[in-house]
Amino acid sequence: MDALNNFFLIALPYIALALFLVGSIYRYTYKGFQVSSLSSQFLEGRRLFFGSVPFHWGVFFLFFGHLFAFLFPKSVLAWNSIPLRLMILEITAFIFGISMLIGLINHFVRRYTTPRLRSVTNKMDFVIYIVLITQTFFGLWIAYNFRWGSSWFSTLLTPYLYSIFKLEPDISAVALLPWAVKIHIIGAFTIIALIPFSRMIHFLVYPLNYLWRPYQQVRWNWGKTSVRAPRTPWSLHRPKNN
Amino acid sequence: MDVRSQISMVFHLDKCIGCHTCSVACKNIWTDRKGAEYMWWNNVETKPGTGYPTKWEDQEIYKGGWQKKNGEVSLRGAGKRRGLTNIFYNPNLPVIDDYYEPFTYKYLDLIESPEGEVQPTARPVSLITGEPIDIKMGPNWDDDLSGTPDYGRNDPNLQNLSAAEQEVMFQLEKMAFFYLPRICNHCLNPACVASCPSGAIYKRGEDGVVLINQEVCRAWRMCVTACPYKKSYYNWHTGKSEKCILCFPRLEAGLAPACMHSCVGRIRYLGVLLYDADKIKETVHLDDNQLIDAHRDMILDPFDEEVIRAAKMNGIADSTIHAAQFSPVYKYVKEWKLALPLHAEYRTLPMLFYVPPLLPVMASLKQVDNTEDSKKMNPIAKYWDDNWLYDTSTEELWGSLDQVRFPMKYLANMLSIGDEEKIKDKWKKLMAVRIHRRRVTVGDVSQEKADSVLRDAGLTADQADGIFYLTALAKFEDRFVIPPAHREQAIEMLDFTGDVKGSTGFGIKSKLKRGI
Ligand code: HEM
Ligand code: SF4
Ligand code: SF4
Repeated sequence: MDALNNFFLIALPYIALALFLVGSIYRYTYKGFQVSSLSSQFLEGRRLFFGSVPFHWGVFFLFFGHLFAFLFPKSVLAWNSIPLRLMILEITAFIFGISMLIGLINHFVRRYTTPRLRSVTNKMDFVIYIVLITQTFFGLWIAYNFRWGSSWFSTLLTPYLYSIFKLEPDISAVALLPWAVKIHIIGAFTIIALIPFSRMIHFLVYPLNYLWRPYQQVRWNWGKTSVRAPRTPWSLHRPKNN
Repeated sequence: MDVRSQISMVFHLDKCIGCHTCSVACKNIWTDRKGAEYMWWNNVETKPGTGYPTKWEDQEIYKGGWQKKNGEVSLRGAGKRRGLTNIFYNPNLPVIDDYYEPFTYKYLDLIESPEGEVQPTARPVSLITGEPIDIKMGPNWDDDLSGTPDYGRNDPNLQNLSAAEQEVMFQLEKMAFFYLPRICNHCLNPACVASCPSGAIYKRGEDGVVLINQEVCRAWRMCVTACPYKKSYYNWHTGKSEKCILCFPRLEAGLAPACMHSCVGRIRYLGVLLYDADKIKETVHLDDNQLIDAHRDMILDPFDEEVIRAAKMNGIADSTIHAAQFSPVYKYVKEWKLALPLHAEYRTLPMLFYVPPLLPVMASLKQVDNTEDSKKMNPIAKYWDDNWLYDTSTEELWGSLDQVRFPMKYLANMLSIGDEEKIKDKWKKLMAVRIHRRRVTVGDVSQEKADSVLRDAGLTADQADGIFYLTALAKFEDRFVIPPAHREQAIEMLDFTGDVKGSTGFGIKSKLKRGI
């Protein structure tokens, strides 16, 4: 049991984080062409709505929810100190979880019942669907059976995650958690490990910078005016080249 | 004044014979790949017709381009707010069925089928699924007005034509059509660039070519919606959008783009225009009725000392300025005011201009009495039993403008935001050139008549000769005036040339393999 715990709760996180970091940076820098959301809307544009929209908004909320609980555990506990607020948080999160699960199932069914999509589906798509569906299912299971997750996440899981990041892994508390929670932890690190090896890489390139960039973009192969000023050394005007 | 240079185009619609050589040249070079089979960066549509993708001009459906509302100009179906909130599902994305499902035939079955009772056939199979399909749509399904009730009559340009006017267009005797070849317009206010959340699309400063960086495109698929001309295409296999690149590798080597080089009708002209980038913003905010003239006013006179000085200050090479002075596009668009942008109301400031077609549009159809002539015919021979005269004579010159076989409104909807005067003006010029040349070469038109016609059209005899030369006689070097791209300077500024000897200029070096 100890060996298993050590592997899944200590080794796996480090392997996953290493794969995630090295893999994502490598793929982003050297395989830019392969970083894409691989949209399939062009081949099937109706059913996608019922998969993509509930799934992504669900993921969006839950991802930031988990991140927030990890970064600011005290604020979450303070918020939860009033039962009504705890209920609001738990119910909202649960609804987003359901939305995510429904979206995933719709995605899954759509992808495997639309003949046109077969040619743009690979094995990894299947793997991430299974992992994501399992993960979402256990997330909901835990939320329902082991209440109230938002509170004990902050007291139990956040210290464990901190210990991982501080390179002093301490699993004494998490090792005692029910198996469903452990599966959820393992699932989370599996997903992190899979990001650079699947289409999930697309959320790392979320185009936030669109918000503040000007609409039009003109690029010059050389410094527009400096090219005519012979005394400026070229090294001062390295152009943004493509 | 912020002088920039743009490689720009003129297509002379009177000369297009609808042969599709241009489309095939382009396809063979650029889009003969998986995921791109359905793309026609260059396509030629029959007008009236619904075009490719079906009804692309109807922005109520496709939500492309910019729109002006309460003085503000914004993207109709994309933009920062819409782009980022609709990113998970783009409600305005055309799907493959709006173009057509690419297909091939099982040709091998013709050869390999065993001996049997019936002849083997080559069944069509989808290039997406590999399964046999019934072809419902193909490139140029409606070529030459085939299937007109479904296609020609659904042309979005027929809007605000009366039912009677539309009826006239489709009467068998009066039926007329022309071809509209289309490529990316390499716009000055490109909707595709503005809509791309990743910032993968950009306009090149030196020549204005609009490109999609394949390494940066993330398939957020907003440009497909935003381009009102539907000239940005989604590659369903690689998960990247692609568009016409104006054959920039050829341009940089001084060659004409493949579609233009191969054009059988020699309808295509390409050259440099200098324009004032400071005016872009002001121009796109103007009202519809001022848009076209203001667009032309942005183009600067390449002989003007002031313009040349400002151009040099902006780093425009002497060779480019020189090319601008000989640009056939400048002549057509600015000097002769003969060419118009397509659907300028989309406000992308397209830099591809069209000379409106005169024939078969101009020929008139008269009811005459043919009974006398018919009597003279041998009764056994099929005899002439209708009383129509297809008349291309130039006697009733300006009078016949109003009785043309195509309602002027139709062309105006396409090329001048509904302003019929602009179309009339171009037609007069085109006609005046013909009459003037007829006087010169045949001599059966009087000097007075030719002169009065020219005066009326606002042309001098020299200009008319110039138009005639460039339209009818122009050689390759007259039609394509391509300045050196000075890539060497770009390379020198990036690297020491010694280091990159033998390796620059070859573009992407990694394989274009689909991601996982
Ligand atoms: C905010 C960041 C995100 C954005 C902007 C985004 C955007 C997209 C887009 C545009 C698609 C393509 C939809 C189509 O077919 O047209 C997509 C698909 C997908 N996304 Fe995301 N996504 C984000 C976050 C995530 C996350 C965090 C995950 C998983 C943990 C995820 C998993 C998926 C999956 C599995 C698909 C494939 C759906 C299918 O076609 O079967 N996405 N996403
Ligand atoms: S025609 Fe379309 S794709 Fe081409 S530059 Fe204009 S907006 Fe972009
Ligand atoms: S090659 Fe020229 S003439 Fe032929 S269809 Fe294309 S544009 Fe028209």
